[in-house]
Amino acid sequence: MSDRRIAIVPAYNEEHNIARVVAELRDFDPALVVVVVSDGSVDRTAANAEAAGALVLRLPFNLGIGGAVQTGFRFAWEHGYALAVRCDGDGQHIPAELPKVIGPVVAGEADIAVGSRFVAGEGYRSSASRRIGIRVLAAVVSAIARQRVTDTTSGFQALNRRALELFAADYPHDYPEVEGMVMTIKHRLRLVEVPVRMREREHGRSSITALRSVYYMAKVLTALFVGLFRRNVLPVEEA
Amino acid sequence: MIAAQTPLKVSIAATAASLVLLLVVFELVRSRRLRERYALLWLLTGLVLVALSAWRGGLNTIAGWLGVRGYPPAVLFAVGLLFVILVLLHYSTVISRLSDQNTILAQRLALLELEVSSQRDAEPAEAAARAVRST
Repeated sequence: MSDRRIAIVPAYNEEHNIARVVAELRDFDPALVVVVVSDGSVDRTAANAEAAGALVLRLPFNLGIGGAVQTGFRFAWEHGYALAVRCDGDGQHIPAELPKVIGPVVAGEADIAVGSRFVAGEGYRSSASRRIGIRVLAAVVSAIARQRVTDTTSGFQALNRRALELFAADYPHDYPEVEGMVMTIKHRLRLVEVPVRMREREHGRSSITALRSVYYMAKVLTALFVGLFRRNVLPVEEA
Repeated sequence: MIAAQTPLKVSIAATAASLVLLLVVFELVRSRRLRERYALLWLLTGLVLVALSAWRGGLNTIAGWLGVRGYPPAVLFAVGLLFVILVLLHYSTVISRLSDQNTILAQRLALLELEVSSQRDAEPAEAAARAVRST
């Protein structure tokens, strides 16, 4: 098994941020292969990412974050990468924080490590509705997982091949991180959360606006509930 | 009290309408504008409606069973509505499957495109390397 590492960066119309995100990742680790998944972007996202030295997967139309990230997982799985990190294309994830999420996976302590904004209780400002939503989701997922989870929407993650195999085979659609966590638990993969710092977005707007949060919560809670009754996509390995 | 009866005119009109539905579905399948697998539910709908519309005694009896006292043709509405719901639900599953397949196709296309373009970029370098070796 190779020890090659890959960074998967989903991006939708992020022409102002993407070059810097790619450059930061490459500065952090020049051996890291950076794959940008341009999710049907209609601006210069793909070209800018390529110019910055990334491989670019161009989706012919917008699939949404889940479908975009899964494209990257499939690429990483099929090309035999031993470790993948996932990092948003808007620049809110700080490559200098990567060792914290990579650490537990490389040490063999976790199949997937998620960078959390909340574990350390550091000030991350957001609207009241979002804070409540984040609390509720964290409580629900923690109950299902029987382990404390604080940041269920974090896209700052490191995955080993077991986790890549699972997500290459099946990954949730619209807001995949929460459901992905539950899938991880159901397949008895080991999930850990590590505290990380994140930046506020610089350009553009987050895909979750206050208006959408109600729809978001209803959809995610439904998906979580139904997901509990779903058959596993891969056989569960006995620990 | 005598149980309510289906008026003959209603029966004739409903039978005619159901037959038209069957004919339209048949024509769509014949001209290959509707696949058989999606036509089956519609054909079943048409057949059941034709049977219930034309067979007044049966409709009256079923209405009696269901406790519909006033106006037996109301059962036609109920049955029609039930089938429409079934057809719609069926379509929702079809749409979901199609969009899943669509997602996979888009992903495969992106993966293949990257592979093809990286091979294309590698080719001139390989050709150059061969040229050097052959000299």
